[in-house]
Amino acid sequence: MLWAGLLTASAACYLLKLAGLSLPARLLQDARVQRTIPLVPIALLAALVATQTFSAGHHLVLDVRAAALGVAAIAVLLRAPFLVVVASGAATAALLRLL
Amino acid sequence: MIHARRAIVRDALGIGIASGAYALSFGAISTAAGLSVLQTCALSLLMFTGASQFAMVGVIGAGGSVWAGAATAALLGTRNALYGVRLSSLLGVRGLRRVGAAQFVIDETTAMAIARDDVMDSRFAFWSTGFALFALWNLGTLIGALATHALSNPRVLGLDAAPPAAFLALLAPRLRAREPFAIAIAAAVAALICLPFVPAGIPLLIVAILIGLYGVLRSGA
Repeated sequence: MLWAGLLTASAACYLLKLAGLSLPARLLQDARVQRTIPLVPIALLAALVATQTFSAGHHLVLDVRAAALGVAAIAVLLRAPFLVVVASGAATAALLRLL
Repeated sequence: MIHARRAIVRDALGIGIASGAYALSFGAISTAAGLSVLQTCALSLLMFTGASQFAMVGVIGAGGSVWAGAATAALLGTRNALYGVRLSSLLGVRGLRRVGAAQFVIDETTAMAIARDDVMDSRFAFWSTGFALFALWNLGTLIGALATHALSNPRVLGLDAAPPAAFLALLAPRLRAREPFAIAIAAAVAALICLPFVPAGIPLLIVAILIGLYGVLRSGA
């Protein structure tokens, strides 16, 4: 089941790339498509941040992950490299759990 | 000309090395989310688009269904179709070369290719960035996955808390104006509001539908 999902999603991502190179440009140059698609990653990444920080199953919770996100946000504001942002978030959660 | 090519190779290697480091964290997060080393490496080889990969393993790690993860990954991949449109006239690839070039159509290669004045430099930038990134992205993934696999409990390192930091780092460069910032806040709030009432992973699809409606209605006005 996991493999089926991984391979299906990989195929979908590949076909989207190929479609851009192959389809007649006018199909994707519609103003609504051009203006909407760049908004999709903004909305989805923000929703992923929120749901993966403030929930456990179906409950809204506030735990060490909120502090981890706060520290990661400071790293982002300081323009730290990607790996440093991720490591700072993980390290914060790990340290707080040790306390 | 030679000078320009040398600068392109230097930039492509720089991007490759940076994303190799970023792939270490993907390998670690994916393995900590419960995927095998082979599954993790398959995603980097076959999906090869960072935000979609992180979303897929993030949703699975948080207990969502693999299909909710797959749908989110595909939605995040839609922007690559727009990159393809911009690149198609520039690259001029047909047949098998197009089938191969398609896998390299991502944020970094597009940015490198469209920044050139000369079409041959554009093509050179696309392919050199694509090969450097593909090699180092997959190498970084493998190392991150093997290292995490060797740990008895990845939770001790806080790796289960790492995905939101990764999503934030991917989101931040897209927030440099007022509208995207407002959209991000609204999307986060909307996802949390519906979270208690729908299966895991579905809040993301609801947000995707809402942003689609918003985009179409706003453009039509």
